Amino acid sequence: MVFVWAFLVGGLICVIGQLILDIAKLTPGHALSILVVIGAILNGFGLYEPLIDFAGAGATVPITSFGNSLTQGALEEAEKHGLIGVVTGMFEVTSSGISSAIIFGMIGAIFFKPKG
Amino acid sequence: MAKQQTNYQKYESKIEPKRPVLKNCLKAFIIGGIICVIGQLISTFYMYFFNFTEQTVGNPTTATLIFITMLLTGFGVYDKIAQFAGAGTAVPVTGFGTAVISAAIEHRTEGFVQGVGGNMFKLAGSVILFGVFSSFLIALIKTIFSYWS
Repeated sequence: MVFVWAFLVGGLICVIGQLILDIAKLTPGHALSILVVIGAILNGFGLYEPLIDFAGAGATVPITSFGNSLTQGALEEAEKHGLIGVVTGMFEVTSSGISSAIIFGMIGAIFFKPKG
Repeated sequence: MAKQQTNYQKYESKIEPKRPVLKNCLKAFIIGGIICVIGQLISTFYMYFFNFTEQTVGNPTTATLIFITMLLTGFGVYDKIAQFAGAGTAVPVTGFGTAVISAAIEHRTEGFVQGVGGNMFKLAGSVILFGVFSSFLIALIKTIFSYWS
């Protein structure tokens, strides 16, 4: 059942992105930035974690989860160490997206040749 | 000058082809949904074999998806899917991955320091900037409020 919800929720988030592209006529960069901010705000209200429990990868795969886990890391660290934790804990949870993008980007640049 | 510009904008909006919004949304929905289902398959695999929980499995899933993205981007397949799917391939984390990876591959000819290092986050940088800064503000506000109450 979680597969069905992953499909529906993930698809819907992509539709929101497509609407930002087509109706608001913004670039993909704008659309992704807006979605990341939405994810961070949803976490601020405590709404993103229930969505992950409900939809699984439908909530963790779209870029909104990046904003969610940044805020999550900052808040968890802030609980332990106070206000400074907001800065130090930011990448605690979400290291994998950026680190794997850098690592595989470098590997890609070594092994693949640019096309066209 | 200003009048000319508004005239031009009117002219431009008249001849600009209408975007098939509904069709684009349907494509984005299906492809985006499929990518999330693939993510769910990978998540289920990690939860079953490596004892991750629903909340922590996002990280290895992301890394695996970006690895697959690297192969698809390198062989030029991701571009073709992206042309069809629009936001369906841009919004999942694979879109973030391909933004970084394609920039890295593209600028490789300028060398690894100036080219790859300097341009890797050219497209994806705004996502990191706004993600980090909005998270900072939200976490700051929430932490200060929790001190008060």
